[in-house]
Order: sequence, then C-alpha cells, then structure tokens
Amino acid sequence: MKYVDEFRDGALARGIARRIAAEVRPDRRYSFMEFCGGHTHAISRYGIAELLPEAVHMIHGPGCPVCVLPIGRIDQAIGIALDQRAIVCTYGDTMRVPASDSLSLMKAKARGADIRMVYSAADSLKIARENPGREVVFFAIGFETTTPPTALVIQQAAKEQLANFSVLCCHVLTPSAITHILESAEVRQYGTVPIDGFVGPAHVSIVIGSGPYEHFAEEYRKPVVIAGFEPLDVMQAILMLVRQVNEGRAEVENQFARAVTREGNLAAQRAVSDVFELRERFEWRGLGEVPYSALKIRAGYAAFDAERRFDLHYKPVPDHKQCECGAILRGVKKPTDCKLFGNVCTPENPMGSCMVSSEGACAAHYSYGRFRDVKVVVAA
Amino acid sequence: MTIKKDYVRPLDIKHGRVDMNHGAGGRASMQLIEEVFARAFDNEFLRQGNDGATLPVPPELLEGGRLVMSCDGHIVSPLFFPGGDIGCLAVHGTVNDVAMMGARPLYLSASFILEEGFPLADLKRVVDSMAAASREAGVPVVTGDTKVVEQGKGDGCFIATTGVGVVPRGVAVGGANARPGDVLIVSGTIGEHGVAVLSQRESLEFETAIVSDTAALHTLVAAMLSAAPPGAVHVLRDPTRGGLGTTLNEIARQSNIGMLIEEAAIPMLPQVEAACELLGLDPLYIANEGKLVAAVAAEAADAVLVAMRAHPLGANAARIGTVVTDEHRFVQMQTRFGGKRIVDWLSGEPLPRIC
Repeated sequence: MKYVDEFRDGALARGIARRIAAEVRPDRRYSFMEFCGGHTHAISRYGIAELLPEAVHMIHGPGCPVCVLPIGRIDQAIGIALDQRAIVCTYGDTMRVPASDSLSLMKAKARGADIRMVYSAADSLKIARENPGREVVFFAIGFETTTPPTALVIQQAAKEQLANFSVLCCHVLTPSAITHILESAEVRQYGTVPIDGFVGPAHVSIVIGSGPYEHFAEEYRKPVVIAGFEPLDVMQAILMLVRQVNEGRAEVENQFARAVTREGNLAAQRAVSDVFELRERFEWRGLGEVPYSALKIRAGYAAFDAERRFDLHYKPVPDHKQCECGAILRGVKKPTDCKLFGNVCTPENPMGSCMVSSEGACAAHYSYGRFRDVKVVVAA
Repeated sequence: MTIKKDYVRPLDIKHGRVDMNHGAGGRASMQLIEEVFARAFDNEFLRQGNDGATLPVPPELLEGGRLVMSCDGHIVSPLFFPGGDIGCLAVHGTVNDVAMMGARPLYLSASFILEEGFPLADLKRVVDSMAAASREAGVPVVTGDTKVVEQGKGDGCFIATTGVGVVPRGVAVGGANARPGDVLIVSGTIGEHGVAVLSQRESLEFETAIVSDTAALHTLVAAMLSAAPPGAVHVLRDPTRGGLGTTLNEIARQSNIGMLIEEAAIPMLPQVEAACELLGLDPLYIANEGKLVAAVAAEAADAVLVAMRAHPLGANAARIGTVVTDEHRFVQMQTRFGGKRIVDWLSGEPLPRIC
C-alpha cells in the first residue's frame, strides 16, 4: 500500500533498532511514556517492544479517549437514552465501556435504548435532521483531535436552528493530563514512575501544534518528541528521545513534521474556542478530578448543551475495587499487575476501561502481547 | 353453460410486494412458491411437491462413508452488494460448510423469512441468483419454506439454509485434527467480502472496485483431497465471520495447539488493505465467503499447494505458517515490521450483518 508501507518498512525498523541499541548507555535505563493510545496500539500491534534494547522501557500513558471516561459520564449518556428516550449517537468504542448497574451503552441498547454508532460527528447532525420529532444527543468524547468536529456540528446546528440536537460534551485536554502526571506524587516524590521523556501526541498536535509542550520540556526538564502513529515514527521518536537524554537536552522535537507545525491548525482552534470554554474540574478515570482539564459548551450555545437541556448533574461513581485502570493510566502499574487482567477482565467482558478500546493498555497487551508472559514451544 | 378456463393472474413481479397473504398458507402462498421458488429451483425432488424431499442414498454411504449436515442463517445487509447478494451467498456459505468437512455436498434446503412489503422484484432477483449458484455448484435445493413477518419485524429477507453431504471413507477432516508441524495454507486473498459489503453501508459509502469473493469451494476441496495422500489434509475451514484471525484461533482451540504465522505471507489485495487502513479495521478479522484455511501434514503441503494453484479459486493460495506445540493455544504472528504479536480472537463486532 503506497504511502503507508513506507512507514512500516521492516528493514528500516531494524536499522533504527540497531542505532538505538548502539546509542543507549550501558549504565542506565530509559523510561519513556507514550501519551497516546494510538502509540500504545502501534507499539503492541507491530511488536515494537521486541525491537527495543532491554534498557529502553515504554510506559503507557492515559491518552486513550474512552479509557479516561469515568463511569459517571457513561451513566449520564445511558440515562439520556433510557429515561429521556433520546437517540444517543457516539463513536464505536464508547459503546462497550462498562458503567453502573452492569450496563454499557451496548447493553442499554439491548434494553431498548436508541443508541447509534456514528463514524463522524456530522452523522449525528444528519440523524437529528431526519428525526425532527426526537431528541438527538451526540455523546462527544476525545482529546483535541475530535474536538474541532464537535465544535463544527454545534456551529452548524446553531446556523440551522436545529431544535432537537444537543451535545453531551466530555472533551478533555492533553496538556493538563500531562501536567497532572508530572505533578503526581509517584513521579515527583517517590520516583516510582521514572519518566525520562515523552513520545508526544500525533493527531492532537496537528490541532494544537507543538507549542503547548514547550512548557513541560522547560519547566519539568522532560524531553518531548512529537511522533506520528506509524511504527517507524515511534521507533524514530524513541531514538530522538535517547539522544536528548544522552546529551542532557530537554526540548520539544517534532518527528511528525509532515503534519505538525508549531502553531497547529488555527482554523480548528478558532472553532473550538468559539464553542467551548474550560471546565473548572472534570473527573478522569484513573486520574481523578483534574482542574481545567476539559471543555464545556459556552453559554452562547447553551441550547445545544445536553447537560443544560436535560438538567444533568454529575455523580461520580468509583471503579471496581480491584480494577487497576487508575494506576495503569498513571503509569504506576502494568496491566499484568492487575488481579483482574486476563481472567475476570477480558476484551469480551471488560471490567475496567483500559480493556475496552484497542488503544487501551490492557486491551493492547491482552490482544497483541500476552504471549510474552508465557513460553511457547516451537515443534522441531 | 359456458365453462370458463382456469386462470390465475400471474404475480406482478415488477411492481408487487410481499404481503401477509403470501405467508398464510393459502392460494397466495402457493402462487408465490410456484411462480418464484419452484420455477427457479426446479428439480425432480422439489417437483415431488411434498412436505419433505425423499432422497436416494449416496453410493459413498454404502462404502463406509458418513453423512454431513450443516445449517446456516443469512442476514446480510444490504441484500445486494458488489459481487453478489444474499441468494448466492446462502448457497455458497452452506456448500462451503459441508465441503469443509471434506464432504461432497449433495442437497440444500432453503427457508425464507420475508418481511411484509418486500418488493417481489427483489425477491425474484435473490431467488434467481440463489438458483443459479445452486445449479453452478451442482447442489440442488430440494426442500424449502416461506414465512412472512409484519413490516418492521424483519429486514426484507432472511434466508436459512441446510446442507447435506457425504464424506467418503478414509477422509477425516476436522477442526480438532491440526498437529504440530502441520503447514497452514490459505486459498487466496483475504478480506474482500467484508470490505465489499461495508462499502455499501449507508453511513460509509466509499467508492471501491472491490467485489465479494463469494464462491462455492467444494471443487477446490476435492482437488486438494485428491492431491494429498489419504489423511494428510487435517483441517479445512472457511474464514467467514471473524475472518482469518478468528478461524485460526478456533482451530488452535479445538486442536489444542498454537500457530506461528507470517504477516508478509498472507495474500491481500492492496485495495482491501487500503480500505481497512482508512476505516481502522484489521483485515485479519474481515469476513471472506470464498476462501479456506487448511492445516496439512508438512510432507503433503507442496502437492496440495500445487493442486490449489491449478484451481481457479486457489490461484493465490499461500503457505502462511505452521502449527506448533503451545498449551496456551496462541496464534502468533511475525509482523512485516519485524516484531511479533498475538492474533487474538475477534472481540466486539466491527462489522455487523456481513453474511
């Protein structure tokens, strides 16, 4: 496949792997956090971990949109669908995230809720136009990548004066999540999560640019290399991080220069700031309440805000007692450290959110990497 | 007294629609059966006109062979897709299920669940396509049934089929028979059916030249079996729903073995790969309707591959890996990128109603 295979070239990968192995210092370990679920997925799917020398260790970050969605927010969406009989539209993976009362959007659908899986925010607008007699709610989730499309549909709904369309806004922000991790006790005080640098977001950075990361590099002395989601992108970014560490640099470097600029997509940023403003606090699964880490719909677009329209009040719900998603999202634990992993909690029956999306650390390890935990005998 | 000639106004196939009368068992039902189903499927067994078909005993049975029976439901949406429709799909799917037992398929049954309001023209198109597929495969539909459900309680047309076949003595093909050392073979490029159906979905609608691979594989199976020494073909399975990845896992589980496969060896059209890339799907989990996977004793693998490649439905057959000892029954894949990963069971439903 042209323009894709080039980024998955095995020979080039082995070349970069040799460079990394040659450049790592024998006297130290390198721990890098890949923030995005897209990177987590690429690392697992292409078997990148096997190409890295032992000294380089990857920590999965919290950048998987459905993983950080707390139970309380899913409960709200289910409530709108089951109790208010609205049509709730959402992206695929959101359907399976476990919520209260052993429900998920998928299970609510089996109980008669009208829940539609959409491929784009614009599809939910279309559904609203086609069902003028019904309330249609777009359950909007995701980081800065998915925020501009939500802003555009709200602007469009306002232009068309669609009276039956609203958005349950659960958009979250990358930089505040990174700050939160860097400020956490595990990183700052105990050092239980040694982070020597970040593989920075790919698609998020296309929107927000590389500028917002400069603060981390400077303030926390952590190198950041923004990388694309292709496996060679990730390999090259790791090499760049190793070099920064070796040279004692802490800079923002842009491996994904074919798509990311320093300023980002200004038109998208304008649409977002026209429609959204910062939320004072938002609960993340795993990270707890993080101040100024999410967006809400501005008063000017209040008519399209499902929280106002249905008078919703947020009720936090604790995760399953033994679920380690929180610690895993902060990089404190690995999926295999969780008692539930692989027996009670599997992709078919996820207990925690990290087992839901293929971008989640648990699902990625379960689906692609769990053979590493046990030996396989090859017949002679 | 004048005697009027017996006359029944023929069905208005062009403009008519299925209504509740067509399923009530009266004259309207009879007319639909005669003018649409019997006409298309016509054969000596259907002509018996009874509640069931009386069938001769196949010679293989008298020589120690065994009967194979398999049933299949078809609910694909949309009903018509590039390269086929629910009608031919129903025949191919059932013929293949029987053939994957190493059997010679003999007869089919077909049960139609129609939704009130379904256009007769569409029904005729489906039935004609089904009849053509059955004739081409040489496997007649010998008995059938039609029911009609009220509008909103079906989706146009569902078809349930049963296939009966006979396995000759000495052939022992089954999902539990893979042995460490066996060679894994796939009969051609994967993922076309799923992508072709998906391309027609209302919410996606992308332009593609990809057509479904729907086809009956029994002659390919016969060629494989005759090319290999007796008992050398251990497993045959068609990777339909869940795709190649799920089928390999089913075999690993049933046979209590593991597998090592090579991503680079799996045949795939670049268009399928590109469409999957765009939609975030893994072609390993996309349905096929005219492909098979085989586990063959290593010493017979070359002969089987040569026979497959000589058959039009096996021209792109390839060796994709080997069976290994593994109590965890993992299907591991060497990626093109150079790493290794598991190919797990499909989880969730990426593509609803594909067959």
